[in-house]
Amino acid sequence: MVKVELPSPKFGRGPLSDKIFKIAATVAGVYVLAMILIIFLQLTTESLPVWEEEGLGFITGTDWNAVEGRESFGVLPYIIGTLLTSAIAMIIGVPLAIGIAMFVIIAPKKIGNPLGYLVELIEAVPSVVFGLWGLFIFRPIFVDWFERPLYETFGDSIFLFGSAPFGLDVLSASIILAIMIIPTISAISREVMMAVPQQQKEAAYMLGSTTWEMFRIAVFPYSKAGLMGASILGLGRAVGETMAVTMLIGNATGIGAIPETLFDPAQTMASIMANEFIEASPASIHLPALIGVGLVLLGISIAINMTAHFLVRRMIRVREGAINN
Amino acid sequence: MSITVDNRRDKRAEYRAMFKANVRGRLWVDKIMVGVILTCALIAITPLMWILFELFVQGGQALSWEFLTQEPGAIGQGTIAIGPAIQGTLIIIGLSCIIGLPIGIMSGVYLSEFGGNWLATQIRFFLDVFMQFPSIVLGVFAFLAIVLVLGHFSLWAGAVALSLIMFPIVARSTEEALKMVPWSIREAGAALGLRKWIVTLRIIIPGAKKGILTGALLSISRVGGETAPLIMTVLGSSVFFQGLDSPMDALPLRIWRMSLLPYDDARLAGWGAALVLVLVILAIHVGVRYFFLNRDNGKGIIAKLLNGGKRN
Repeated sequence: MVKVELPSPKFGRGPLSDKIFKIAATVAGVYVLAMILIIFLQLTTESLPVWEEEGLGFITGTDWNAVEGRESFGVLPYIIGTLLTSAIAMIIGVPLAIGIAMFVIIAPKKIGNPLGYLVELIEAVPSVVFGLWGLFIFRPIFVDWFERPLYETFGDSIFLFGSAPFGLDVLSASIILAIMIIPTISAISREVMMAVPQQQKEAAYMLGSTTWEMFRIAVFPYSKAGLMGASILGLGRAVGETMAVTMLIGNATGIGAIPETLFDPAQTMASIMANEFIEASPASIHLPALIGVGLVLLGISIAINMTAHFLVRRMIRVREGAINN
Repeated sequence: MSITVDNRRDKRAEYRAMFKANVRGRLWVDKIMVGVILTCALIAITPLMWILFELFVQGGQALSWEFLTQEPGAIGQGTIAIGPAIQGTLIIIGLSCIIGLPIGIMSGVYLSEFGGNWLATQIRFFLDVFMQFPSIVLGVFAFLAIVLVLGHFSLWAGAVALSLIMFPIVARSTEEALKMVPWSIREAGAALGLRKWIVTLRIIIPGAKKGILTGALLSISRVGGETAPLIMTVLGSSVFFQGLDSPMDALPLRIWRMSLLPYDDARLAGWGAALVLVLVILAIHVGVRYFFLNRDNGKGIIAKLLNGGKRN
């Protein structure tokens, strides 16, 4: 359809009411840019004391001491905790999520559609509920049936399993995270794989390929960037996730929060903020330190999401080009 | 003569062997991969179903009229209730709608009606980025901008934090909905001599009502479950509404606080609150799909659920 630029109802300058309307809409549109700017400025200025005190040592330091007179803050253990839990969650979650998306596509419609819908519904379950389930139902079973046998069998030989499991540790937090990012990733990857033109799939079948070969030669090459983007969006969610992780990660602080084994308690950037923000006194440097943690977290999360955005956008451009030809 | 027949037979056997070797291998790979996909789907769906199951079993035990309507007493004394939490969640959602929806809808209008330019492209991009901001950072922002300035925890701070989560979702879905309204309708409005803002507010937005409402409800269901930004803004309390300037309880917050306490009572209350919260959110989700997405080809709610994955 050809878009026709509407002429103003009156000749010359348009009526005042239209101008006001346009200005109001523009202001609302620019609101998001202003908000991002304000949030960055505010987090930076409010965390300035800690940057002045610690310098770059704030990022590389491992101490976390809020006692008056001996204050010392470093976020490295929490950056490690965030990246480690997210990485394990991705390793577990991405194959499962893409598997479920492929299943929804190849299954008969009567099973596939409700399943896809169910996964979408579960995306709406609040993270605190995942945390509640993880803490009270999943943790006891996981410790008894998975972590303790692993510890008893491999505890001495493999360093990853080298400490006595208690259930509030890196591994259980990562698994809950994996469960939480599965709906996000699988919903987007299903959309992406469904966007592969039907002709491509039919052509693959016509050449005599099996279902798996159809995915391999027709679907995956086509939707690679989109699947990457979906996974990275899941990573973004895992990095920013707060409540479920806070409830399961064991909340260690300082140098002790650098996990040596998978069964050690740790701490993420989001969870230290959730745990200590209320107790931190605005007068000391503790509060600026936590705000600084927020700034670092925001920076990491924006970097991840911009990457995902560009990947998905490239994928969509490829798709549109294919349809036009 | 017989040599060629033999030859042909040999060739045929050879081809058949090659074909079998080729296809059998591929069929095996196919079967294994389909099996792997099926296992992945099963492994992925099990915990999800398990959570829903436990939610109803455990939460169901806590539900009662007193539980839903009264103030919580001292922990461990036997009175567990989430009355203020339900009230608080509703008030906070209402307030954040008042702040977030107009901004979201107006910026959707900007993107769809005035947005062919460079600025609109940037706004679209940053809306998508903003949508993925860690919610706890938005809570910290509301804390710094409102709680520290006013000097006390308040409902307003929580509502501002949640409205920040809300408006990008509303803006993007409004834009999509407005773009679905045919351009000829705008031209018809202009041909009648109507001003552009009247055309937009009285003709285009009512025409895109379904899409806008869907986006708004989905954003409400997202915001209703947020906990992290509420920790440092509304703080939580155990009494009913005291005024917009005072701390207030909310369901997700109460679930979190309950899960930290070592009492069976508290744990039960946590499950009950979680069940109420999830029921509200799922009701919004299913309601949206039922009333706004699939109403036209109606065959009862089961058919709607079966068609669930379909995009119209």
